[in-house]
Amino acid sequence: MKANPWITGMLAVTACTGCMHQKASAPALKAKATGTAIVVVSGDKQLGGIGARLSQPLVLQVNDDQGNAVTGAKVDLTGPRGVVLDPAEVLTDDNGQATIKVTLSGIPGRYEVTASSQDAHGKPFTLSVAEFAAGYQQEVGYEVNEKYCSRCHNPDSTVEQVSNYDNLAVKPHAFTSGDIYNKLSESDLSNIIEHGGPAMNRSALMPPYEWTLNKAEIQAMIAYIRLVSDPPYMAPGVVYGKH
Amino acid sequence: MQTHKTGIISSIKAFVRDPFRMFGIVSVVLLLLLTIAPAKDYFSQWHGYQRQYLRFIQNRGDAVTLRRHFEGGIQQIWIPQLGVVDRCQTCHLGLTEASLADVKEEPFRAHPVMPHKLTEFGCVICHRGQGAATTVKEAHHSEMAGEEPILPARYMESSCGQCHQEPLEGTPKLNKGRVILSRYGCVNCHSIVLPDGTKMEASDNPPPLTHIADKTTREWIYAWLKDPTSYSASATMPNFNLSDADASDISAFLIANSVPQPGDTAEVSAESHGPAPDPSAGASLYGESFCASCHATQNAAGNLVGGDLGPELTNVGTKVKPGWLVAWMRDPQKYDPKTPMPQYRWSDAQLKLISAYVQSKTNPDLLANVHLAAATPAQIAHGKKLVIEYGCASCHEIPGVPKSDNFGPNLSRIGSKPVVQLVFLPGMEHTLPAYLAQKIRQPRSFGSSFRMPRYNFTASQVDEVTTALLALTDRSFSLPANLQLAAVHETNYRPAGQAGQIMTSLNCLSCHRINGRGGDMAPDLSWEGTSVQRQWLDDFLKNPNTLRPALIRRMPRFNLTDSERTILTDYMMTVYQTAAFQRDEMPLTGYPPELVEKGRQLFYSKYACQSCHIVNPNEDKGYIGPTLTKVGARLNAAWIFHYLKDPQALRPGTIEPNQHMSDDDARALTAFLMAQKTGAGQGAKR
Ligand code: HEC
Repeated sequence: MKANPWITGMLAVTACTGCMHQKASAPALKAKATGTAIVVVSGDKQLGGIGARLSQPLVLQVNDDQGNAVTGAKVDLTGPRGVVLDPAEVLTDDNGQATIKVTLSGIPGRYEVTASSQDAHGKPFTLSVAEFAAGYQQEVGYEVNEKYCSRCHNPDSTVEQVSNYDNLAVKPHAFTSGDIYNKLSESDLSNIIEHGGPAMNRSALMPPYEWTLNKAEIQAMIAYIRLVSDPPYMAPGVVYGKH
Repeated sequence: MQTHKTGIISSIKAFVRDPFRMFGIVSVVLLLLLTIAPAKDYFSQWHGYQRQYLRFIQNRGDAVTLRRHFEGGIQQIWIPQLGVVDRCQTCHLGLTEASLADVKEEPFRAHPVMPHKLTEFGCVICHRGQGAATTVKEAHHSEMAGEEPILPARYMESSCGQCHQEPLEGTPKLNKGRVILSRYGCVNCHSIVLPDGTKMEASDNPPPLTHIADKTTREWIYAWLKDPTSYSASATMPNFNLSDADASDISAFLIANSVPQPGDTAEVSAESHGPAPDPSAGASLYGESFCASCHATQNAAGNLVGGDLGPELTNVGTKVKPGWLVAWMRDPQKYDPKTPMPQYRWSDAQLKLISAYVQSKTNPDLLANVHLAAATPAQIAHGKKLVIEYGCASCHEIPGVPKSDNFGPNLSRIGSKPVVQLVFLPGMEHTLPAYLAQKIRQPRSFGSSFRMPRYNFTASQVDEVTTALLALTDRSFSLPANLQLAAVHETNYRPAGQAGQIMTSLNCLSCHRINGRGGDMAPDLSWEGTSVQRQWLDDFLKNPNTLRPALIRRMPRFNLTDSERTILTDYMMTVYQTAAFQRDEMPLTGYPPELVEKGRQLFYSKYACQSCHIVNPNEDKGYIGPTLTKVGARLNAAWIFHYLKDPQALRPGTIEPNQHMSDDDARALTAFLMAQKTGAGQGAKR
């Protein structure tokens, strides 16, 4: 089937006027007030599926130098390619807060969203928050963690799931503790997960999972640990920033 | 004109007369023609990507390896059995290069880890699009009949669901979406036939409306119909956007149509006499009966606390009539034979206490503004017409209104519906996922004549349902048999005989699974008779105390009579056995102290069981697993031994790590655990 050039041309023209129209109809927001710092209220470090909207919005607050919330300050949001921030510019509400819906890109990984605003002298100040997009493998890892590991490794209790952390004589680390986990190589991690604490001269309170989880699940768990670690994990031997 | 023509003719004549000139010109033309094909190739889009890739890999640390792996020209995966001809790798050149996993931009990124090989299924089966196309536009964005655009990443799990009808660990969204389809009763109106020929079943237990006037008032029905969430935030019934008049007529019809059932209100008189029950005693009976295992209520902070097997009870006093409530609590199956609610065997005094407590959960504002004038016959008739039109009988039993089987469109292949057949709203993205999501979110936005009601779904629930629907493709029906992985279906197991009758009235299967049928809130009982000792089971049924202190859902006490208990215990001890080993192959007592001591050491050092279990309540703290303080009086030795050897074989899916124990270690630990009979932590001092 061949597209009729006339129709295509006219469509293109309509589309163009359409987009110009849209640009024109969204007047740039003007700040009504200024602050000196942006802080996170909630919604950072969420784990979401690839390409999906995060279940909680990102809520930020602009404060003045006294630490009081500022209403009407303008916040601009930028993110890496593929991340959709809705809205991308916003004025803080009566509580000095801005609520942004975040949709992550279709590629698994860590995404930094940057919020910026300007103080009374026009000097910009910014804040970066991280969000995580889980692909198939990280999703499996997340499920493994929820089912087997988090009760010991996550110190926070919920009504549905009480943490066992406080009961352990030797304390494990939350999987987000990058400074611990980033030092462990892939083989260290699979070693301790498969064979338990004693395999690495650690406590037997860390059980072996070799006969409970399969190799793919253990790999997935490691991918999950690498994804959520903070500071972020940098794989050795990969060339960064050259493209 | 004439001169023009003669001019051309004469020049052709001159040309023919000069063979050298002719040869020269013809060869130039031929040469030019020959270069068209390669030039077209060279300037084609995919060739551009290949050149770009070669430049891109030059900057990488492993440029040499990447260059060696590179093959130019059209690349293709061909799988005749599946009808796959995918040329995506012509441009997506890094898909199999693990070192390109950090690349953030397409098309050169490595494919993220997935459970299948690229060559096994190709690309299009999961990503949709046109595999054979060689331009981005045709491959990704075609909307033409018989072609599909690329599936957005957020719905990717739907593709797994074409083969996998069973839940997978890596597809939480798909699993949840499928649960919603049955839990919210979507399949009551829309039938969904799976590739294995079975129908997706609803699991929402909508109550019958046969005797509804015994249970509630017309005013409550009216308010509920207008907005189910105003009564209970967690309502699963959708909103039909009814006008005031329509809601009033439907409520009039349902009340007029209700058939009174003897016994439904018998308790009213007895209840209205007597002294007013003490509310705090009612609250503690509610607590002891573990009603919250299944029913949620809103706490002061507005959060729902409790299970979702039964309806939310926050405002239930505003809904139910006191007489009906007492009759219901005495024997729920009398009113609704299919209810999952157990018959508690409460005494009259207890019934009075608990029903008064439940009745006190009210919200007077709910019905404050509902004033309905007595209904005319015309209104009742109109109400019936609406009930038929809206398909109420697809979910609820309503006397005189037959259930229509295919009320809504069949959705068995909705995931392959061509875009050209869809009607989009202005400004909507022209894709099937966008259409489905909008249809789920705001069904009436497509026109007021649509009858589909609106559910109160969150954004992620909409995504989940859309994912589950997108899995229902034409392809899922045409797959080779070895790729059609069937859903796990419930068996139709029913416990037999006298014990079976007791278990049916207790609705044990609402929470426990037995022989492939039942709920998953409580342990599977299929092998309970091999697992536990008779005396313990008898005591437990008399007074169920929890084994896992950290659990909020617990086994309630059903006030069984001695003879009921004996029947149940005998039945479970005889019938619910595993064939894998003999219950009595190891003794309950008499293990040598050295063996017990060895077991103690293994427990605390080598296997560090205390991280999850408590044997000595003064020392151990772990509470993920069941308390083991009296385990020697609860479990059979043979069960412990075999369980230690392979926990998942006896309790599939248990989180107890399989430690691959030797027989010697397992025997010693069994001896140690069997010594724990009285809760004093025998031999457990460290
Ligand atoms: C019964 C409690 C428990 C469970 C369940 C558990 N762990 Fe651990 N884990 C521990 C303890 C305790 C340590 C610390 C051991 C030490 O430092 O001697 C630990 C340590 C680790 C470490 C080393 C890094 C650190 O935190 O010190 C890794 C990696 C690890 N666990 C992974 C896992 C994974 C993966 C799972 C689930 C499959 C899991 N654990 C389940 C208790 C547990």
